[in-house]
Amino acid sequence: MCTTCGCSETQDVRYTMPGAHTHGPDGHSHDHDHAHPHDHSHAHPHDHGHDHGHDHKHAPTADPRAALHAGVHGRSIALEQDILAKNQVLAERNRGWFEGREVLAVNLMSSPGSGKTTLLERTIRELSDDVSIYVVEGDQATTHDAERIRATGCPVIQVNTGTGCHLEADMLARGLKQLRPTHGSLVLIENVGNLVCPALFDLGERAKVVVVSVTEGEDKPAKYPHMFRACRLMLINKVDLLAHVRFDVERCVAYAREVNPDIEVLPVSAETGEGIEQWCQWLRHEQKLLGAADDEPEGRVV
Amino acid sequence: MHELSIANGIVEMCAECAGDARVIRVRLEIGRLSAVLPDAVRFCFDVCARNTVVEGAELEIVETQGLALCRDCNHEVPMAALVGRCTCGSANLRVIAGEELRIKDMELA
Repeated sequence: MCTTCGCSETQDVRYTMPGAHTHGPDGHSHDHDHAHPHDHSHAHPHDHGHDHGHDHKHAPTADPRAALHAGVHGRSIALEQDILAKNQVLAERNRGWFEGREVLAVNLMSSPGSGKTTLLERTIRELSDDVSIYVVEGDQATTHDAERIRATGCPVIQVNTGTGCHLEADMLARGLKQLRPTHGSLVLIENVGNLVCPALFDLGERAKVVVVSVTEGEDKPAKYPHMFRACRLMLINKVDLLAHVRFDVERCVAYAREVNPDIEVLPVSAETGEGIEQWCQWLRHEQKLLGAADDEPEGRVV
Repeated sequence: MHELSIANGIVEMCAECAGDARVIRVRLEIGRLSAVLPDAVRFCFDVCARNTVVEGAELEIVETQGLALCRDCNHEVPMAALVGRCTCGSANLRVIAGEELRIKDMELA
């Protein structure tokens, strides 16, 4: 990432809000062209994108003490820095942002084609009378998913990561500045379809949820253990197809519990609605816990 | 290919600390259970270091072994992968080492 403004130099990340032109003169429909990393948001009234990415300037690594240390130890600098520290700092900022607004943020991850977008459409239909829902869509390219979500009437931002294979905390922060979820709302983040990389990058969400569908192998948790270890909940989607495929639900759960003994499991069908009420209950329960003082939100798991 | 993001982060952190000085060696600690491939990091590191003070630096990667604690019998279990089993038969394990992903130190010219 660019050390000046925090945007990516190696990736061409785009942020698009379908239907944003209807939002009025507050400037939310403009597109950030990150091919020119320093152009975005400078003429913009509410200053988004400016502060994040700059903290590292003040992080301990950039501290003059490091240089002092170098002098003492003959040009060898002890860093002892977590490589993901920068993402982690930004993720914690997002977490604080969510907590201050009592917003429940859930990061949904899966391989491509497991039915995440259909699940979101269904979830929005079921829950939108009770809670304001906002969606962040992560994909390498296209705004297809965001358009599907937009059709439900739910505000959505599409983050196109270009060559990037996962969302990072600063991408979410930028997305949120445009999306502007209201107090007490639910933010559903659909990560880039990938069972490997997204597991490593904390976004500041309250919970990570993995979706596996019965048309995939039941051994996905064994093949991609990091993902299943990072997640609090596994949704087994497309259970309406169980009669037609060889997918052993119990074995899948057993594989998942081998890497994550505490993982919760809900079988669902976004298509028929089976299990969706339980999933919505799970979300409602998490939202209730947000206000509970003695409750510790999820930290970085992986 | 999250190793590209990771290598980018490494180069950035090193460059920030080095200031104008040239970095000639960087030492990382990567756990066997960290989901990060040392070879991929090596490849991406060279790419990300181009045109920075880190360009040409030697990358040394110390790999650490995985270790878990059995939640049932409290024994330590060496882990080659995230999935493992204790000698007592339990798969109820808590990983306590092997997920490290750190820049240990670096050397300046």
